[in-house]
Amino acid sequence: MILDFERPVKELEERIVELRRLAGESGELRAEISRLEEALDAAKRRIYLNLTPYQRVQVARHADRPNFRAYRDALADDFYELSGDRLYRDDPAIQGGFARIGSRNVVLLGHDKGKDVRSRVKGNFGMAHPEGYRKVKRLYELAGRFGLPIVVLVDTPGAFAGREAEERGQAWAISEDLMALARAPVPVVSVVIGEGGSGGALAMCAADYVGMLENSYLSVIAPEACASIIFRDASRAEEAAEAMKITARDLKDHAIIDEVLPEPLGGAHNEPDAAVDAVGEALQRVLSGLDGVDAKSLLHARYERYRRMGSHTAGHSD
Amino acid sequence: MESVFTKCEECGEPIYERDLRARFNVCPNCEHHYPLSAPERVRLLIDSGTFEELGTGMTAGDPLGFEGYGERLEKARKKTGLDDAVISGVGRIGGRPVAFAAMDFRFIGGSMGSVVGEKIALTMETARDADFPLVIVPASGGARMFEGVYSLMQMAKTSVALARFEEGSKPFVSVLTDPTFGGVTASFATAADVILAEPGARIGFAGRRVIEQTTKERMPDGFQTAEFQREHGMVDRIVHRLALKADIERLLGFVA
Repeated sequence: MILDFERPVKELEERIVELRRLAGESGELRAEISRLEEALDAAKRRIYLNLTPYQRVQVARHADRPNFRAYRDALADDFYELSGDRLYRDDPAIQGGFARIGSRNVVLLGHDKGKDVRSRVKGNFGMAHPEGYRKVKRLYELAGRFGLPIVVLVDTPGAFAGREAEERGQAWAISEDLMALARAPVPVVSVVIGEGGSGGALAMCAADYVGMLENSYLSVIAPEACASIIFRDASRAEEAAEAMKITARDLKDHAIIDEVLPEPLGGAHNEPDAAVDAVGEALQRVLSGLDGVDAKSLLHARYERYRRMGSHTAGHSD
Repeated sequence: MESVFTKCEECGEPIYERDLRARFNVCPNCEHHYPLSAPERVRLLIDSGTFEELGTGMTAGDPLGFEGYGERLEKARKKTGLDDAVISGVGRIGGRPVAFAAMDFRFIGGSMGSVVGEKIALTMETARDADFPLVIVPASGGARMFEGVYSLMQMAKTSVALARFEEGSKPFVSVLTDPTFGGVTASFATAADVILAEPGARIGFAGRRVIEQTTKERMPDGFQTAEFQREHGMVDRIVHRLALKADIERLLGFVA
């Protein structure tokens, strides 16, 4: 998949490959190739250092972007998957289980966007049903019971909007997750690795630390939906993405999140290992910083963090 | 004024507006429950003369400088006489002290922004500090998009405040009214010990229209009504608006 704004980069890359093929072992064309390589580097900088918020949304949604599976495989030495909500079924849109990250045992969870068409469809493109959010709650509580930090990788367009999701209480399931996070007596560490879509994302990132990859987004509603509701025109999604301040950098500036994690030039999908390393480094650092912090202090800090969030005047009785 | 007729949207019968108001916006003919403003909700449920409002004068910031938000707020304030989409305070229900909040759908669709989140959290903290039962009447289309992620974070804010309240032994009663959707349903509104709902109230996460567009499936009649939610195990009781105060009094008799 090639995004529109990436086309100049892709064209240069293709021409370089073609010239290399033509040149073969010979030293001919070397000057031309290096000229193109410089142009490629310049094009990448021009494009990727100036992405608009909506372009970042497209990068965050890119089919080749490393997802939960890539991080799980690279960062967890052992991943012992657990399944099911004990009420209805297992929701493949969310994966979770015990994991060893570095020398630490944790409970690792994340939205699973799959690796090919089949697994993407099976995981409903990372849009969980209530049973997914109830599995999440089960795992939050297991983590609390065993004193294991909770590590969550967020990557969802949002909780699924459908008949069955409503019949089984989507809203109830999400609110239970938020309550479980408010009570979890262990460190909660979240990284938005791609899409952070509304309540379905928040149920997995009301945390002690929230990091976001540079091209991920976190939003109360999809920019397309916001545009169609507020501007009454779905095609104004670019404006909506801009207006809602949904990029990692914007949210860091607004002190909603803790850290922007760097992506390689060209986005995580162009160099997955670099993105995985950045997330791995952050997790190790943050988890070790939270080592030995007692439950009372964790809960107090979490309370203070979210209790303060908002923008309003004081009111008379304060 | 007293001779003003209106036609019930539900049954089509002509009704006196005076009669409708006297019955707190419930149709005298078909019992259809129309939305009720927050001040009327206080009058319906709280013992006369006992309500003390909290957080008056608190108004929304415009943290994102979102185009048009300032005017929308101004219009909503003029229309409703309220500062934002919620009234919060303490009062008595059947002589028993409670912390109370009621949302108002007329104010930008009862959407939850920073003021709603803050006042709901304040109500929860007041209940916790005073050891009062907590009674909240949500009415909301969902998030206040003009506040972007600040609006989303109110779900987390009300959750941390509610978790503290629940360390005590007093009940939280949520009364779901038409309509209650989105971020409000997916946070404090459904995290109550006991959930009541008004007849016919539409309650859900995603709206019917959004679901029909997303899934290309037509939703059945009665989808997401209070009755539907009770059948699916999501709501404890459906209570007629005019019986609500007595019902809450009975409930508090068991657990307050």
